[in-house]
Amino acid sequence: MGDMVFYLFALMTVLSGFFVVFSKNIVHAGFSLMFTLFGVAGLFAMLGADFLAITQTMVYIGGVLVLVLFVVMMTRIPAQNLPKSSFNRKIPAGIFSVLIFAIVFKVIGGTEWNVLPVDAPEATISMIGQKLLTEFIFPFEYASIVLLLAMIGAAILIRERKIDDDEEVQS
Amino acid sequence: MMEVGLTHYLTVGAILFTLGIFAVMTRRNTVALLMGVELILNGANVNFVAFSRFVETSIDGHIMAAFVIVLAAAEAAVALAIVLAMFRNFGTVHVDSVDSLKQ
Repeated sequence: MGDMVFYLFALMTVLSGFFVVFSKNIVHAGFSLMFTLFGVAGLFAMLGADFLAITQTMVYIGGVLVLVLFVVMMTRIPAQNLPKSSFNRKIPAGIFSVLIFAIVFKVIGGTEWNVLPVDAPEATISMIGQKLLTEFIFPFEYASIVLLLAMIGAAILIRERKIDDDEEVQS
Repeated sequence: MMEVGLTHYLTVGAILFTLGIFAVMTRRNTVALLMGVELILNGANVNFVAFSRFVETSIDGHIMAAFVIVLAAAEAAVALAIVLAMFRNFGTVHVDSVDSLKQ
């Protein structure tokens, strides 16, 4: 039963991931990215990471994906205006990607993993909270500074400049 | 069919990572390129949590994955702001057409 659920989530993740990469329409790619992220959240839940499954759903699907779709809708341009590249990237990129996957897959299959016979933890939230405020207190605070800087930076990048400001820049 | 274990999760993570690499190398739309980066980060996150569940008894992998999610959110906010500024200045989001430094 649990295996069936794993294969369901894995199939959903991988198939919609392929659709993200190969879809010509960027809006379709954005919406299938939602299914990929949701499948990854399901895999986290299967691994006993309840906190991460919720965080993945809230931050990625509720935040990042909505932002991506907003930007997709604000920046649509007709496809015929795109400059055609004379160089076909797909073939070398495909060879390189398949090579990377072959190496990683061989390592995964060929290594004797030291798998411990432990059960999945029941609830991870309190453990994560304790670790974040004791052992990982510095990265925790640092992440908050990074988030604040990213917020200010995004607001500065995106604001409309005044016209005389623009003329100063051009002259 | 063998029981689902560590290698299954690692394989899903490797597939996601490879798809992301392929998207970053072939896509020419900046937003699609960012989607490829998200795929790469998610593949890495699956690996972190799988190792934390099967190999390591502590919960440190979960914390690492949580930090990856935080930084991915910050990265997406800044990168999409750059994409919007680029669209306002150049009228396009195609990566090859933004080459004013070359001319």
